[in-house]
Amino acid sequence: MDATPSAIGVETIGMTKRFGAFAALDDVSMRIEAGGFHALLGENGAGKSTFVKCVMGFYAPTAGSVLVDGREAEITNPKGAQARGLGMVYQHFTLVPSLTGAENLVISRADAPAILDWKAERAALAAFMAGMPFRLNLDRPVAELAAGEKQKLEIVKQLYLKARFLILDEPTSVLTPDEAEEVLGLLRAMTDRGVLTVLMISHKFREVETFARSLSVLRRGRLVGGGAVGDLSRDDMAAMMIGERIVRPVAARVGEPDAAREILRIEGLDATDASGLRRIAITDLRVRAREIVGIAGVSGNGQKELADVLGGQIRAAGGRVAVAGAPYTGRRAQSRARRVRFIPEEPLRNACAPRMSVAENLAFRAFDRRDEDPSGPPTLWLDRRAMSRRAKDLIARFKVKTASSEAPIATLSGGNVQRAVLARELTDPVDLLIVVNPCFGLDFAAVSEIRTRIVAARNAGTAVLLISEDLDEILELSDRIVVMSDGRLVYETPAATAEIGTIGRHMAGHH
Amino acid sequence: MVADAAPSRLAAARPGTPLGLQIRAWLARHLEAVVIPVGAAVLGFLLFGLFLTALGKSPLQLVEIVWRGGFGSPFALGNSLQRAAPLLFAALCVALPARLGLVVIGGEGAIVLGGLATAAAAQPLAGFPAPLAVPLMAGAAALAGAVWIGAVGWLQAYRNVNATIASLLMSYIAIALANHLIEGPLRDPASLNKPSTLPVGDAFMLGPMPVIGVHWGLGCGIVACVIAYVLMDRTTLGFAARIAGGNVRAAQIQGLPVGRLIVGFTALGGAFAALAGYFEVAAVQGTANGTLAAGYGYTGILVAFLARQNPLAIMPVAVLLGGIEASSGLIQRRMQLPDATVLVLEGLLFLVVLLSETLYGRFKLFNPHLWAEKRAATPAAPVPA
Repeated sequence: MDATPSAIGVETIGMTKRFGAFAALDDVSMRIEAGGFHALLGENGAGKSTFVKCVMGFYAPTAGSVLVDGREAEITNPKGAQARGLGMVYQHFTLVPSLTGAENLVISRADAPAILDWKAERAALAAFMAGMPFRLNLDRPVAELAAGEKQKLEIVKQLYLKARFLILDEPTSVLTPDEAEEVLGLLRAMTDRGVLTVLMISHKFREVETFARSLSVLRRGRLVGGGAVGDLSRDDMAAMMIGERIVRPVAARVGEPDAAREILRIEGLDATDASGLRRIAITDLRVRAREIVGIAGVSGNGQKELADVLGGQIRAAGGRVAVAGAPYTGRRAQSRARRVRFIPEEPLRNACAPRMSVAENLAFRAFDRRDEDPSGPPTLWLDRRAMSRRAKDLIARFKVKTASSEAPIATLSGGNVQRAVLARELTDPVDLLIVVNPCFGLDFAAVSEIRTRIVAARNAGTAVLLISEDLDEILELSDRIVVMSDGRLVYETPAATAEIGTIGRHMAGHH
Repeated sequence: MVADAAPSRLAAARPGTPLGLQIRAWLARHLEAVVIPVGAAVLGFLLFGLFLTALGKSPLQLVEIVWRGGFGSPFALGNSLQRAAPLLFAALCVALPARLGLVVIGGEGAIVLGGLATAAAAQPLAGFPAPLAVPLMAGAAALAGAVWIGAVGWLQAYRNVNATIASLLMSYIAIALANHLIEGPLRDPASLNKPSTLPVGDAFMLGPMPVIGVHWGLGCGIVACVIAYVLMDRTTLGFAARIAGGNVRAAQIQGLPVGRLIVGFTALGGAFAALAGYFEVAAVQGTANGTLAAGYGYTGILVAFLARQNPLAIMPVAVLLGGIEASSGLIQRRMQLPDATVLVLEGLLFLVVLLSETLYGRFKLFNPHLWAEKRAATPAAPVPA
């Protein structure tokens, strides 16, 4: 590498992107100085991803242009963006897991020759890495790397491809707090040296305040504000993000857990996912009535497998899951008799049939239940009139916004799908509620409403097992916090005395 | 919440929606399922017309011949209905598993095994009274098909073997097995140049239905379609199957017995397909032989897709395709076209119908939730973010 590359600045003018009649991005002009660390804030669906995809050439903007280092650049595809020194790191990993770091880097290069001279490549890589602040072992297969190392490798890959303007899409969602701190700190240092410009999509105020120098806020596709980081308070930023809407604070937990009524009990549970690669072993987990137990952990540490066992999707190889004292495998008769409800993550993907109507989706729990004898055998004939009546009732009570109860549920927004699922699962008395990442990808208003409903269920005496990758959510809602790492429960603390540093260390696997 | 004293019978979530709009919304939702497949079929016929024009033949002459050969006279109509009968059953073997999201294309194998089981069951039953033997023979056929296609469902549900591929391969096995038995252990020594099983005997043969003169397979096929419709649309079992077909994970989380539903629906589909074979033997051929594998199972796939897997729509579509197949002989003779011509038509129709599957939900005219979007300030549809 010859001279030290210098950062480049990017500016958009009147960037607009329409999908049909809907403007996902409306006349956004934004200037990111060379060597800046710029944060892009906004709720889900505010247009952040659309914006960066337009800059990177994934989408052709309906109107507007991009200037790179002050000159208009026609970027029609990601390759063109790469050629101009623009790189992007996605929320999810794009590395080939079976290849080593070095192999991943070399094959990502557009000009990699058909036959590789590994000796020369290695020498070049070593020289390149010497100039990098990131320390990485490039000889290990990516599959063996921890999430933080993978994220670093993704960033290094972009720098290896000579990116001098780096876009990060929620880069820390898969990292522990410590890992996030380290990665962002190193990037910030690079911008300070003037070798890199960073544009980071984020919704974590703490990160933005610590690492970014300037920020812009998008709401409903429009640029609604921004400025230097020090000038804006968290309240300012939140106000810009959510606009005029009033967000209710989450209701407080009322009453103590009922120590005498243990609802869920898991003992010696041993299970393996369908691929056979991921194993969980849970020695002991109890949830009592009127108690929210939060399972914290970095994504991919067995939370999904635990949820799948409780939801009847994978069978346990050993151990015992008991609800109200009797074995539980997730069969319909059992969940009905013991009043167990399950709200999986990404409800449209996991809890709904997207092409069936809202009314039909709302009927999943009750369509075969005898009203006069709920614990009796299922009915044979489908009562569509009752289904429609019940749907209208639930839609009104839970304020589900839909054109009609007959519209396919896939046409609803994420928050309304989640509301519909909550309406279905929380209308009848519930003894045990299992919730997984309930607020993934929802906006502020929906998040606070959904959390309020979960707390309300708990206050009414429901035992809640909350599996979430959002540590703030766990801290806010739980009575008791359990950390899951590598398929095991490694740490437990009452929420009242929880200490975020200790939790973070256990999430990272230091126990 | 405010109690809604007089809920309207037509579904609309927003109170105060005018009745006229509600009716239009209801019509629009239901018309989509008619207009798109009919439009696709028309496009398929137009493409076939182009194909004929390229061959120097007149598309209009073809229309005339199909009308004359398939529907124009009582004889032609009877011929079409006779061919429609097995198509009804074969299409159900596709439509029932389709509710669970499975594409089963091995109905042909179940038809052949059903016919073979009929002929095989007739031998030990010889001498029994017909009212006893006839249902036993039909039962044997249905059982054979149920086991065969039910096994496809079992493989999918419990071993994650793709049902489409498994059913197709098992269809070849079924046909090979039937050929082996017909030419070997079950062969009637008197069948010289066309290997066949022993005849089932006149006592066990089914006569024609009164008035229309077509064999009983047609009537039973229609009854089967109605039963399948009631099962899928009016029972909780059918609803559970639709949930599983719409999203397996959601169905599992609801605690529904997905595996048993898959095995049950595939087995029922197989039983229906096998009944097509039963009627071919017990009402048409009199013995089981190579003509059982006449391609009804494959045409049935087309029928089911054109009917959008709806058992009620299967009935008219089966008659239409029965008519086209009935006129294929006339097409050959009068237009000097090879008999594969009809296969070209069927292939084109299938292709266009599959393509048309991507159009559902795209037309504003048919999707009331898109109308509302125009009126409301914010869009209801999810937008790529």
